[in-house]
Amino acid sequence: MSDDLFRLTVTEASSALEAGDISSVDLTGSVLDRIDAVDARTGAFLLVTADAAIDQAREADARRKTGDANPLLGIPLAIKDVLCTDGVATTCASRILEGFVPPYDATVVARLKAAGAVLVGKTNMDEFAMGSSNENSGYHPVRNPWDLSRVPGGSSGGSAAAVAADECLAALGSDTGGSVRQPAALCGCVGLKPTYGRVSRFGLVAFASSLDQVGPLAKSVRDAAVLLSAISGHDSRDATSLPEPVPDYAAMLDGSVEGLRIGVAPEYFGEGIDAGVSAAVREAIGVLETNGAELREITLPHTEYALPVYYVIAPSEASANLARYNGVKYGLSDPQAVDVDEMMATVRARGFGAEVKRRIMLGTFALSSGYYDAYYLRAQKIRTLIKQDFDTAFESVDVIAAPTSPTTAFDLGGRTADPLAMYRADVLTLPASLAGLAAVSVPCGFVDGLPVGLQLIAPPLHEARLLRAADAYERLRPAWPAPRQAVEA
Amino acid sequence: MIDREQVVHVAALARLALSDAEIDRMQADLQQILQAFEALNALDVSDVAPTAQVIPLATVERPDTTEAPLSHDDVMRNAPRVERDQIRVPAVLTED
Repeated sequence: MSDDLFRLTVTEASSALEAGDISSVDLTGSVLDRIDAVDARTGAFLLVTADAAIDQAREADARRKTGDANPLLGIPLAIKDVLCTDGVATTCASRILEGFVPPYDATVVARLKAAGAVLVGKTNMDEFAMGSSNENSGYHPVRNPWDLSRVPGGSSGGSAAAVAADECLAALGSDTGGSVRQPAALCGCVGLKPTYGRVSRFGLVAFASSLDQVGPLAKSVRDAAVLLSAISGHDSRDATSLPEPVPDYAAMLDGSVEGLRIGVAPEYFGEGIDAGVSAAVREAIGVLETNGAELREITLPHTEYALPVYYVIAPSEASANLARYNGVKYGLSDPQAVDVDEMMATVRARGFGAEVKRRIMLGTFALSSGYYDAYYLRAQKIRTLIKQDFDTAFESVDVIAAPTSPTTAFDLGGRTADPLAMYRADVLTLPASLAGLAAVSVPCGFVDGLPVGLQLIAPPLHEARLLRAADAYERLRPAWPAPRQAVEA
Repeated sequence: MIDREQVVHVAALARLALSDAEIDRMQADLQQILQAFEALNALDVSDVAPTAQVIPLATVERPDTTEAPLSHDDVMRNAPRVERDQIRVPAVLTED
């Protein structure tokens, strides 16, 4: 094995560990050195837990000697800083949670630890997962590993950049309206949003509870499948967690799309979608067709409403979820305040960034007396129509193919002055989120040197079908390069 | 569509002590966003049921058994002000 162990996929590293060619201590050391070498440029991490990672790697090596062969044993992973980690600071990239150290692990984190994974650190993100460019981090922005003057997407921008720049073998993110898929597309990695309810959200800091899901970001579809099997399944601590058994998703990847019915909807290729992005995605869909898939034109007529529906519902839910940050139980406080109302209002004004305040205001307004029916209730009704569009489509197709993002990575600072322009970055990922569907973004080409993502969408709990199609595409696609130039300059 | 007075009212509901400059900017932003949301009025939804959550799970129950809770110390460790094992906050009821 070479010095470049950090470049391995989860699957490759797992085989090498099992064969005894490498140790987790070597692999973890290589990843930590890589973080040291490039993270000043990408800004992907908020916290690197090097000492704990080496300890976990030693433990993993010892476990392997006892015959443990879990596919994640000894594999260095990164965790989006929206997931609680026992004894390790969790900030959601917000100043209001400065100093907060959770006394427990999120269920997904506990499951990764139980599998023997090595956790190298917490990744940067848009504050409270609100944003599409990672520029809303209360700490520092993340830069796209393919072009450091551009955004990595958001809100899981740190996780996507860390995977793309080989600062971890894979990572967890969270996806409320596209926050795993869109940064995966912009950074050229795989990002999966599982079906709503597939993965436990216990210990995931809540943003919009009817939409939030945890999902993996990885260098390959197979790796994403391995992670999904590890984190999925019922959890009695999350009342929205589904009881269905969890298959071994990686074992179901047979490379075939023979007879797969792929829906293509004109609404996902229309106005506002970059021509180069459309062309790359259509070419990818053509590759699937050439190899046995059957294309069908479908229509999803309420697609255009997804953006306003989402930006009413998500901020409304957020305005309630974020009421808990008030300087009382944890995080930023104000001991000088004369009464509790003043303390809460000043702490929240100081601790939240501009976009979080904007969404709290928008949500509070949409839920307030006299406006509830006009905004929140109406949005919930149109959400029904969006879901029905998909129900109808899935009567005649197995998956839907579309671009993940309307554009490639945009310039840092390019949209920060215009909230609506930023919101439009999510326009192609929001519908599947509102309908609670499973969806994945897989790299499918470049426009002007920047990655493009192919989004595949499947009905609830059909992750196996989704991953099989994405994996088949990945095998047919030319080998994906690593963005060495920018990050290693 | 949303005037300054409404912005001030909503900020009070949301417990956000916004500066005058923030209120001005917020009014402009909300104005622009709500204007874009007018699109929602294009549809007749009088016969459509609302969707609050997409996966139809009935009320979830679990066995009524106790589990070990987090320790008191672990829970209190993050509190900004602790006094006699309790979280201290500024006055909740004041004379005015």
